[in-house]
Amino acid sequence: MKCDDPEPLARAPSAEVRHAQEERLLNAWATPIGWRYWSEVNNTRVGLWYTVAACGFFLFGGILALLMRIQLAVPDNDFLTAEQYNQVFTLHGSVMMFLFAVPIFEALSILVLPQMLGARDLPFPRLSAFGFWSFLIGGIFVCGSIFFGAAPQGGWFMYPPLTTRHQTGIGADIWLLGLSFIEIASIAAAVELIVGVVKCRAPGMRINLIPLYSWYILVVGGMILFAFPPLIAGDLLMEMERAFDWPFFDPARGGDPLLWQHLFWIFGHPEVYIVFLPSVALMAMIVPTFARTPMAGYSWVVLAAVGTGFLSFGLWVHHMFTTGLPGISIGIFSAASQAVAIPTGIQIFCFLATLMIGRVTRSVCLLFAFAGLATFVLGGLTGVMVAVAPFDFQAHDTYFVVGHLHYVLVGGTIFPIVAGFYYFFPLVGGKKLSERLGRVAFWLMLVGFNVAFLPMHWTGLLGMPRRVFTYPANLGFDTLNMNSTFGAFVLAAGFLVFVWDVVRPKKGQVMSERNPWGGGTLEWLSEMPGQPWGVRSIPEIDSRYPLWDQPNFVRDVDEGRFYMPDAEEGLRETLVTTSIDARPIQCLRVPGPTFLTLYAAVFTGGVFIFSTYHWWTAATVSGVLALGTIIIWLWTGTAWIPEKNEKDVGLGLTLPIYVSGPDAVGWWAMFITMLGDMTAFMSLVFGYFFYWTIHEDFPPEDATGPGLLWPLTGGSLLLGAWWMTLCARRWNKQDRPAAFYFAIVSAAVLSSLGSMALICGPSTTGLDPTSHVYPATVWILAGWTVFHVTLGIIMQLYCAARRLAGRMTCRYDADMVNVALYWHFMALTVFITVAVIAGFPLVA
Amino acid sequence: MTKTSTSRESLWMLTIAPTIWALHFLVSYVTAAVWCAKYAGDGGSLGGVRIAIAVYTVTALIGIAITGWVGYRRHTFGASSLPHDADTPEDRHRFMGFATLLLSGLSAVATLFVASVAVFIENCD
Repeated sequence: MKCDDPEPLARAPSAEVRHAQEERLLNAWATPIGWRYWSEVNNTRVGLWYTVAACGFFLFGGILALLMRIQLAVPDNDFLTAEQYNQVFTLHGSVMMFLFAVPIFEALSILVLPQMLGARDLPFPRLSAFGFWSFLIGGIFVCGSIFFGAAPQGGWFMYPPLTTRHQTGIGADIWLLGLSFIEIASIAAAVELIVGVVKCRAPGMRINLIPLYSWYILVVGGMILFAFPPLIAGDLLMEMERAFDWPFFDPARGGDPLLWQHLFWIFGHPEVYIVFLPSVALMAMIVPTFARTPMAGYSWVVLAAVGTGFLSFGLWVHHMFTTGLPGISIGIFSAASQAVAIPTGIQIFCFLATLMIGRVTRSVCLLFAFAGLATFVLGGLTGVMVAVAPFDFQAHDTYFVVGHLHYVLVGGTIFPIVAGFYYFFPLVGGKKLSERLGRVAFWLMLVGFNVAFLPMHWTGLLGMPRRVFTYPANLGFDTLNMNSTFGAFVLAAGFLVFVWDVVRPKKGQVMSERNPWGGGTLEWLSEMPGQPWGVRSIPEIDSRYPLWDQPNFVRDVDEGRFYMPDAEEGLRETLVTTSIDARPIQCLRVPGPTFLTLYAAVFTGGVFIFSTYHWWTAATVSGVLALGTIIIWLWTGTAWIPEKNEKDVGLGLTLPIYVSGPDAVGWWAMFITMLGDMTAFMSLVFGYFFYWTIHEDFPPEDATGPGLLWPLTGGSLLLGAWWMTLCARRWNKQDRPAAFYFAIVSAAVLSSLGSMALICGPSTTGLDPTSHVYPATVWILAGWTVFHVTLGIIMQLYCAARRLAGRMTCRYDADMVNVALYWHFMALTVFITVAVIAGFPLVA
Repeated sequence: MTKTSTSRESLWMLTIAPTIWALHFLVSYVTAAVWCAKYAGDGGSLGGVRIAIAVYTVTALIGIAITGWVGYRRHTFGASSLPHDADTPEDRHRFMGFATLLLSGLSAVATLFVASVAVFIENCD
C-alpha cells in the first residue's frame, strides 16, 4: 500500500541539462585542494578524518595493551616499573573508551548517516569539523603525556582520594581537562547526529521506514546527552579540588569520595551501551544485506534500542556493590542489571531470525558479525553473573571482570566495527578490502582474542587482582598469564593483517561495482568512487529498503528526477523534513569550508591545556580568542538572510530557505544542547543532596550563608532578565526596534546585576570554599549559574548587534528565538539554584 | 484532524513508559537510600519504605498499563497486520503504537524486577 507521494519526473532532463546540473553541484560541493583541504567541513571528509584518527588512537591503545601483556607474561617481571605500568593501564582504558569507542561511532555516523538518510550533509557541518579538531587536539594531548612520564595513573575511573590526595603530578589534571574537552566534542557530535536523524531525512522516510542504524543513533545521541554531563560535572568538582583545594571528595572537610563514584558511573555504565549500541546498529545494517531479506522484527529492534537506552541508566551502582551500600540499594540496581538482558537478548534473536529466514551469502563482514554476536553473548552471560551481588563481592576487582568486560567490548564493539569496515570501505575509496586477507585476519583475531581473554576468567577466580603490575610465582597465575600474553600477540597479528589490508596500495585493484553487497538502503546509491554531493537528487522514499523495493530507483536518482538535482546558486543545500512523516519543510543552506572551526578548536583546547599547567593568563587569553573565533563563526556562517524567501526544489515543490522556531534545525540544536547542560547542572544539584543524605551536618548548623537576601535579589533580577529577553523576542517579531533594543539591553543589565547579587550571597556571608564542602557546594552552584548567565549576556548583546547590523529582522529572527530558548533554561537554572542554596537550609 | 495526522503523533510517546520505569526506579532508590542513611541506620528496619515502594509500583504499573493500552489501540488501528512497514500515515500510526506497546511491556517487567527487591529485603543491612 502506498500513499499519494510525488512521483519522480516521468522524463529525465536532457543530457546537456543534467551535465550542467552536475557541474554546478560539483562546484558547490567541491573539496578544496592544497593546504585548504583541511578547511573542508563536508561530512564525507570530516567523517573520514575522524575515522582515521580514532583508529590511530585505537592502535596506540593496542600497543599499550601489548606492553601490559609483556609485563604480565611471567611473574616478578621488571619490563615496566609499577609507575609505568599504572600509566600504561590508565591510558589503555581511557584511550579505548574516550578516544576510540565513542569517537569511532561518531566518525562512522558522520561518514555514512547522511547518505543513509538521503541527505547531502548533516545540518551543522562546521560543528562536526569543530568536534573533530577538538577530539584530535585533546587526544594527542592526553596520549602524548606518556612520552614525558606524565600520564595519568589513577585508572580510567580516576577514583579519589587516590587521585586527589596521593597523585600530585599533573597526570590526573591531564585526564580531567583533556578528556572533558573531548567529552564536549562528543556532545557536539550527539547534537549533530540527533538533529540529522530527526530533521534531515529524505522526503517520505516516515518514522516507521527509517534505517535501523538511525534508530540506534537517535538513542545513543540521547544517551550521550544524559550520560556525559554527569562526568563533566564530576571532572569540574575534582579539578576544583586539585587546583583550588575545594574539598568535594575530602572526608576531613565534609566531602565524600563516593560522590565521584556515583557521578563517574552514572556516566560509565551507560557509556558501555553508548559504545555497544552503534555496533549493534552496524549489524542491523549488515545482517539484512547478507541475508537478502528485510530485518525480522523491526519494531522489536526499535524496542530493544530504546529500552536498552533507558535501562542502561539504572545500572550504575553495580560497579559500586562493594562500597558498603544498603542491601536494598544493591538489590534495586542488581534487578535493573538483570532486566537489561531482556532487550539486549531480543535484538540478538531478531538478527538470528533474519539470518534463518534469509538466503545468507558468505562474506568476511558476516564472519566478523557472527564473531561479535557469539563473543558478546558470552560477555553478556558473565555480565549477568557479576550483576548478582554475592558473586560480584567475590569477583570484584579481579581478572574475572577484565575477562568479562573485554568479551563485552570486543564482542559488542570491536568485531562489529571491523565488520563495518569491510562493509562500508567501498563507500570511501570505491574499492573493496580483500576477502582472503580478511579471512586470515578474522581467524587470527578470533583465536587470539579467546586465547587471551578466556583464561582471565580463571585467573580472576583464582584470585589475581586487577591493576597489579606484577605477581609472585607459583600462585597458579603463571601459565594462565603466559597464555593470555600469547593470545594477545596473536590478536595483534590479526589486527596487523587488517591494517595492512586497509593501507596497502590499491592502484592496480579494479573499482568495486556499485552497491557491491546488494544492500537495500540509501547509502548504496553511492557511485564508485563516491561524488562529493552525496546524493545526485534527493529521492522520495516509499520503503524501508528503497533499493530493493522501489522500481527504477537508482536510475531516477542518477538522472536527477527527484528533488534538488541542481545547485543553481552555487550553494551547498539539503532538505529539512518533519520529524514524524519526513514532509519537506525547508531548503537548508549549509555552510562550506572554513578554517574557523580549526582555530576555534585550537583556542578552546588552549583553555583546557594551559589550565592543566595552571597557566591562568595563557588560558584566559586562549579563552577570549576562542570566544572571539566562535562569535565570528556564528556571525558570518549562521542564520544568513537569503536573497529570496523561497526556492523551487523540484517536483512542483517550493520551500522556504529561512526558518526559525521549532521547525528550524538551529532551535533543535539549542534545545538538545541545553538538555545536556541541564543534566550537568542537575548532577551538581545531586551532589548537594548527596551530601545532605549521607552527612549529619549538611548544611552545617553554624553555616553563615548564603542567607536569603542576596540569593533572592539575584534570582529576582535574573528572572527579570529572562522576562525582558522574552519581551525582546516578541517586540522584535512585531518589528518595534526601539522596544526591542530597550528590552534586550535591559535584559543584559538585569543579568549583570543579578549575577553580582548571586555572587554576593556566599561572598558577603563569609563562605570560604576551601574550609568545608558546604560552602564549596554553594559556590559551585552559584558559580555555574553566573557562568551561564554571562554566556546569556553575550547572546543578548549578540542579538542586539545582529539587528543593528541588519543581519536579524522581524522576519529573520532565528538568533533571537534561539537565545530566548536558552533563557528558558537559564530561568530554570536560576530558580533551582536559589531554591537549593537559599531555600533548602530553611527546611533541612 | 484524522486519527493518524502528524500532529497527534510524537516521538515522545515512545519514552513515556520507560520514563515511568525510570521515575519508579529513582524514587524507590532515593526513598530507600534516604531512609537508611538518615533515619534507620545500618541494620535498621525498612519500615514504611516497603509499603512506599508498593504504592510507587502500583502507581507506575497503572501509568504503564494506560500507555500500553493507548499503544495497543494504535497498533490495531484499521485493518492491517505487522510489520507496519507501508508508506502510509496509518501504518506509521500503527508502528508507533506497536513500539509503544512493546516498550510498555518491557517497562512493566523492569518495574516488577525493581519492586521484587522490596519483597525480599526487610532491613537496611
